[in-house]
Amino acid sequence: MALKTETMVLNMGPQHPSTHGVLRLELEIEGELIVNVKPHLGYLHRCFEKHAEAMQYNQVIPYTDRMDYLASMGNNFGYVLAVEKLLGIQVPERVEYIRVIMAELQRIASHCVALGTNGADIGALTPFLYLFRDREYILSIIEETCGARMLYNYMWVGGLSHDIHPNFVRRTKEFTSYFKNTIVELDNLLTYNKIFIERTANIGVLPAETAINYGATGPMLRGSGIKFDLRKDDTYSIYNRFDFDIPVGQGLQGTVGDSWDRYYVRVREMEQSLRIIEQAIDQIPEGDVHSAIPKRIKPPKGTVYSRVENPRGELGYFIISDGNTNPFRVKVRAPSFVNLEILGELCKGHLIADVIAILGSIDIVLGEVDR
Amino acid sequence: MYQYFYDLTGSVIISTLITAVFPLVNVLLVALIGVYLERKVSAWMQDRVGPNRTGPFGLFQTIADFLKMLQKEDATATDIDKKLYNIAPVLVFAGSFAVYAVIPFSSKLIGSEIEVGLFYALAVSSFVVAGILMAGWSSNNKYSLLGAMRSAAQIVSYEIPTALVVLAMVMFLGTLSLSKISEMQTAYFWNWNILGGAEFGLSKFLLIPFMLVGFIIIFISTLAEVNRTPFDIPEAESELVAGYFTEYCGMKWAMFMLSEYGNMFAVSAIVSILFFGGYQSPFGYLGNTLGINWLIPYEQAFWFILKGWFFIFVQMWLRWTLPRLRVDQLMTVCWKYLIPYAFVNLIIIGIITLL
Repeated sequence: MALKTETMVLNMGPQHPSTHGVLRLELEIEGELIVNVKPHLGYLHRCFEKHAEAMQYNQVIPYTDRMDYLASMGNNFGYVLAVEKLLGIQVPERVEYIRVIMAELQRIASHCVALGTNGADIGALTPFLYLFRDREYILSIIEETCGARMLYNYMWVGGLSHDIHPNFVRRTKEFTSYFKNTIVELDNLLTYNKIFIERTANIGVLPAETAINYGATGPMLRGSGIKFDLRKDDTYSIYNRFDFDIPVGQGLQGTVGDSWDRYYVRVREMEQSLRIIEQAIDQIPEGDVHSAIPKRIKPPKGTVYSRVENPRGELGYFIISDGNTNPFRVKVRAPSFVNLEILGELCKGHLIADVIAILGSIDIVLGEVDR
Repeated sequence: MYQYFYDLTGSVIISTLITAVFPLVNVLLVALIGVYLERKVSAWMQDRVGPNRTGPFGLFQTIADFLKMLQKEDATATDIDKKLYNIAPVLVFAGSFAVYAVIPFSSKLIGSEIEVGLFYALAVSSFVVAGILMAGWSSNNKYSLLGAMRSAAQIVSYEIPTALVVLAMVMFLGTLSLSKISEMQTAYFWNWNILGGAEFGLSKFLLIPFMLVGFIIIFISTLAEVNRTPFDIPEAESELVAGYFTEYCGMKWAMFMLSEYGNMFAVSAIVSILFFGGYQSPFGYLGNTLGINWLIPYEQAFWFILKGWFFIFVQMWLRWTLPRLRVDQLMTVCWKYLIPYAFVNLIIIGIITLL
């Protein structure tokens, strides 16, 4: 007689220690084996896009901070680039340099959280705290300049809210030389840890073709072995002046595109960001960061799409202007949202514990997924 | 212990009371200090300060927590199996508490000096599984159920390598009594079982590598039995929230924590008795040198507690360094590596003992 079995539905989230916010996953499981994963979104929906229509162009910037709240500088950056493109403003050199340095510092801070939580989900809590300590270092540098730790409203259309603090250059240099040791420490403690490799290598393998079909970007795409980085391939601001590499997943511990590769790409990306910062920090020209800020932002009729490489992937802003002081429509292409779609595909046939490892390696920020 | 205190006080009531209360006080103290130490050790390892507000160096932090637990509302979810739900924490605690009855803290300080102490300790500590399964089932929560299933599978599997190593040691030592095992490793540290035991000869040197293997196997499997990282899968907080005690709160939850730390010390004690001389000092006693005989039991207690806490420290060290394994990998470690090696070890130690 055949035994009748049923699958069990397990609700993971919205209140769960490792769904990175308020993501709810409806897991269909057979014992511990995943049959199906359904992500439920919207618990953090704040109508950013609709809200932006009622704001003047510069008033939208603080709201962009609150999307990917771990990489607010990148969000500001993308938005102001879009509006500047619409207005046809050329910003001073000094502003460009400071923007790039801030965005790269932010990328390191954001990857610190991504790597730390990925490790913490798998049970390694100590690297998590080490990385948070170093993230705090970056945040304090940024705080000294713009007064905020997470939600900066620092980049304005045509300039910056404040010039850099006199200590900024010195402390950033101190940080870059200090942080190199942390990366070595992280490699020793977590990256090449046997148990960590066992847990992440060959888990959640994302083939390059699937990644492209789903529109994955950022470390998700690069983890699958595709060398695509907007800073190089569709260069913006002054990124073409710096010398840096694009790390890609090579399947060093397993298959190309597994969770370990995505993790590894982020570690190596932090090193490349350090390289960019080191090159840029000595070249900051003199100038006034407020000089190009327009008194009144009233762009001509038209549309613009501007994209930047945020820590989580391609962050795009599509803005329609009807010639008013408010944008007619703002649409955001959020990398976390696009990357999250692949979760169901990646999790099939794995165990419950792997869902956490895979979700950690996708690195989502719910503020951006739901907007 | 009864006899010792009877000789000391001459009162039946007092000595009975001390003997009865001794294990309970021990397990509570171990839990209180253990929780505090876990926080401090993790803080030191993670570049943090740790508790430092309640009392000097935050020493009273766990006491404050304990008082908070006592005051908490005993919130229970609906649709739970009330009876099992209420019995489970008691059962889990009883399992780890009962082991303390036979742990020899020194030649005099031992709750009950029974001949089959080792067997008894293994038996009652596996009692915990029943409590965990009851907790997981009665909570009517899927996370709890999954945690309980994992835990039962894990503890039952890892008892096999533990038992195999214990079997090898029993073959070698010829006794199940924990205090006799400690007595056999007396005097200096080269008489400890990890260094081949007290009998001097060729077999002692032959035994050393196999004793080392046995120690490693039993240490790993006891780690798994008390659900510590890298084997803390039943309560993996990032996956199953808190595993089998997700639905518990207040004092019932504290019972689970109490038993966890109690268990940690219990298994450390058994490992140190089997391999590291139990309560024996590594290099003679001050009491012997000075000719103060009454000092010796206290010195022995000091050494025993030191060894126990050393192994607890190692457990914490591992917890705050390593990530956690997955369920299937955990089973692989047990069935594919530990059990075969333990078997081979058993046979070799048996042969060497016979020679």
